[in-house]
Amino acid sequence: MKRICLLAVIVLTLALSGSAVAQAPVLFDGTNPVVFSFQDAPSDESIPQARLITPDQLVKALQAANQKPLVFEVGPHTLYAQAHIPGSEYMGAGSSDAGQQKLRERVKSLPKNSAIVIYCGCCPWGRCPNMHPAYVLLHSLGFTNVKALYIADNFGTDWVNKGYPIAKGD
Amino acid sequence: MSSKRILIYGIVALCLLGLYVAGRRSAQKPKRTASGNLAPDFTLTDLDGRKVTLSNYRGKVVLLDFWATWCGPCRTEIPHFVEMQNQYGPQGFQVIGISMDDDAKPVREFALQYKLNYPVAVGDDKLADRFGGVLGLPVNFIIDRQGRIHAKYLGATDVSVFDSDVKGLLAQP
Repeated sequence: MKRICLLAVIVLTLALSGSAVAQAPVLFDGTNPVVFSFQDAPSDESIPQARLITPDQLVKALQAANQKPLVFEVGPHTLYAQAHIPGSEYMGAGSSDAGQQKLRERVKSLPKNSAIVIYCGCCPWGRCPNMHPAYVLLHSLGFTNVKALYIADNFGTDWVNKGYPIAKGD
Repeated sequence: MSSKRILIYGIVALCLLGLYVAGRRSAQKPKRTASGNLAPDFTLTDLDGRKVTLSNYRGKVVLLDFWATWCGPCRTEIPHFVEMQNQYGPQGFQVIGISMDDDAKPVREFALQYKLNYPVAVGDDKLADRFGGVLGLPVNFIIDRQGRIHAKYLGATDVSVFDSDVKGLLAQP
């Protein structure tokens, strides 16, 4: 019994300590470790689960004959220019004033129940600075049918490399 | 249920939790792919107005960092790159930062604030395409003294990996 207890404690300790190391990078030299922490923007993880849409679901929605959602890219232009979802519109980074302003202008005349999908894919989910501000803006403007494209890792890995359709350029 | 059985179930549950957490960690590991191809050459103007030409660094080991000021994992890596430049620079190591920000202003502010000690230029989609696409950040390349891509690192990477790879290449002629 003691051995089982010991094994369990070791497994748990190793797993949890590894996670802690991954989240708190230290200087590599090991002689004078300094922990850096940066305050990221509010996380996209705070977008309600019910408001998420997966790449597969979005592709199907875009292939449907009717009621296609409007798709807005709320990430950086360099990403959009390399590859974007066909038919999606570039709004600019949701974390920037310019991106917020363009998004506000674009939706000004839309009915509040318009189907809108926002996406970025610059960073892993939970580290994207753009999705949460864009979502909050649309929500605050009264839009009731906004979905956020769940991109786990980045647009390259979770959309382009999966073979989903893309377009390039402005 | 006896207290002994409850204890056993508890221990099994703890083990499963530990394995689950460990599994999630390994699933989130960044990708490192070896290459060996010659790195595409480019000339950009850095934040100080100087020309940065990749091929001019032949003979040095280069860490090429595609990053952005708004990218959390990138910002986490940068202090390590500053430290690596200090430590390995005299041995023939050079970090070059390519910001994928849409404009240079925040890059300039960031470079001053974090005292970047290596050239930083603003890139674009065309440069990214030449490096196989930068469709998520950070993306890093380590380039050997002959100008060949030693490895590509996609996503936030443990600094010990860079450190080990750079030290290995610096030890080579």
